[in-house]
Amino acid sequence: MEATKTKKKSEFARQPAGDKVLLVICYAILGLFMVAIIVPMIYIILASFVDPITLQNQGLTFDFSKWTLTAYQRVMENEQIWVGFGNALLYSVTSTVLSVVITLLAAYPMSRADFKGKGLYNLIFMITMFFGGGLIPTYLLINNLHMMDTIWAIIVPPAFSVWNMIVARTYYQGIPRDLEEAAEIDGANEMTYFFQILLPVCTPIIATIAMWCFVGMWNSYFDAMIYLNSASKQPLQLVLRSILIQSQPEPGMVSDMQSVAERARLAELLKYSTIIISSLPLLIMYPFFQRYFGGGLMAGAVKG
Amino acid sequence: MSRPAAVATKEKDVNSKLHYTLVYMRQHWQLYLLFMMPALVLTIIFRYIPMGGVMIAFTDYNPFRGIFGSEWVGFKHFSRFLSSPDFLSYLTNTLKLSVYGLLWGFPAPILLAFLLNRILSSSIKQKIQLVLYMPNFISVIVLCGIVRIMLAPTGMINMLLGTDWNLMTMPQAFRTIYIASGIWQGAGWGSIIYTAALSNASKELKEAAVIDGANIIQQIQVVEWPAIKDTVMIQFIMQVGNIMSVGFEKAYALQTDLNMDASEIISTYVYKKGLIDGDYGFSTAVGLFNTVINVILLISMNALAKKVNDGKGIY
Repeated sequence: MEATKTKKKSEFARQPAGDKVLLVICYAILGLFMVAIIVPMIYIILASFVDPITLQNQGLTFDFSKWTLTAYQRVMENEQIWVGFGNALLYSVTSTVLSVVITLLAAYPMSRADFKGKGLYNLIFMITMFFGGGLIPTYLLINNLHMMDTIWAIIVPPAFSVWNMIVARTYYQGIPRDLEEAAEIDGANEMTYFFQILLPVCTPIIATIAMWCFVGMWNSYFDAMIYLNSASKQPLQLVLRSILIQSQPEPGMVSDMQSVAERARLAELLKYSTIIISSLPLLIMYPFFQRYFGGGLMAGAVKG
Repeated sequence: MSRPAAVATKEKDVNSKLHYTLVYMRQHWQLYLLFMMPALVLTIIFRYIPMGGVMIAFTDYNPFRGIFGSEWVGFKHFSRFLSSPDFLSYLTNTLKLSVYGLLWGFPAPILLAFLLNRILSSSIKQKIQLVLYMPNFISVIVLCGIVRIMLAPTGMINMLLGTDWNLMTMPQAFRTIYIASGIWQGAGWGSIIYTAALSNASKELKEAAVIDGANIIQQIQVVEWPAIKDTVMIQFIMQVGNIMSVGFEKAYALQTDLNMDASEIISTYVYKKGLIDGDYGFSTAVGLFNTVINVILLISMNALAKKVNDGKGIY
């Protein structure tokens, strides 16, 4: 510990005087940005524990006798939040599995130099990156397919992502050809090669794509908003939307309050605990994702 | 005598080429049926069929009669949109939001990457990165919830400024809120790609520069900027190409009845006209208008990228 400290010190001390000033400025800007990120988060965390009426009148307080878990209790006792969690988990997991499988499969032929028809497939996929039908035609299609108000409307249409396919394809192409040739000599056909040799060495990119799919689905609300009507099918983000954006908490959370004003105030204050509870799962998983943040970004940045 | 022979060989060539392809397809049928089929079917159903559906934009669409049963009205919806007084306001709202967003939001991650690169201890750097990337995992809804709490008349921002503005109801504040919260959430995450490019900068070059007494500014000029220049170009061109596709989700979640003058953009207008008012034909026309501008931008930006990037486009 002592040794690293002196080493760090000397590294900074070794910089020329002019650079030291610049370095201090750099650290100051970076520090400010960090503070700007952390302060709102800490504010929300602290405020979520403060007694609603106190928070309304005096703001944050560190008089712990005014702290309470009522807000958490009210949110957690509400069924709709848990329904939302359950649905969000169901949609995110199924959509991730579906999307990863379809995307990884399609990327394989597209990565092979000898694949006949590659140009045509490429054209078909690329056009969709430039041009789309837009909201209404897609909406009417989902309606005609009788997918309205079902999980399929949420998970099937986005199941194949051209962008992720390009990322996976670029990664496959980085795997040495020797591996495939060796497999061919050993008599493996492409199925064996893909499932038993290629996929196992591609786990970093699979994890990265899976993370993108999961986080994307977990955090989105638009498709659910337009395709799902039943309360029992709403994912978490829609439940959050009514609490945080529309200030209309689930009836059960505030119905014991007598006056409209009291309900409105409580609705305002339930927001804090709702934000904490709903953000916890991703933030807990966050450090585990960290290894995969960089993966695929560079692959996607250049044309494969 | 020689001409028919040439045609014949040509025919033979075509035939044998076709033959080879068919043999290849028979040998590798799994590639077509198992690997490509799901992606192809999804693309055709969920991407190409809606493309045909843009014909709705030229009809007074009636859901009971379908596209072909509805009355064909040509460019009526387009001229109605283009001549309406709201058209310019929605278009400028969309453009301002994305152009200003680009002007402020594009340099932020690059600056962060340069700053991060100046951290001497790699373990501290990792911890800082962990914090910087975190907001990216907050959902749009929660982000907008936090924004609304922070900007409330009694919220933190007003406390710091000593004011009691209701910023969510002020049209003149909307773009600043949208862009600043975007930087708050995305700048850290966006810096990853530049940090990666910076780590590819040649170590020897940097060491040589340091030995020659280059200060930080000179190091950036000689070593670091050249290392990320191409990435910056490509990222910039890509983002310019996406200028018309401002996200619906965040704009809609930050809208209030009173800030509509600045916050109503084309995508939110398409949603309201189409799915809330049920004016399918008109809504599709507005959406199509947006898409066409976007396609033109994308294609020209891709052509530009080809020039910059040694003949390679982005797509």
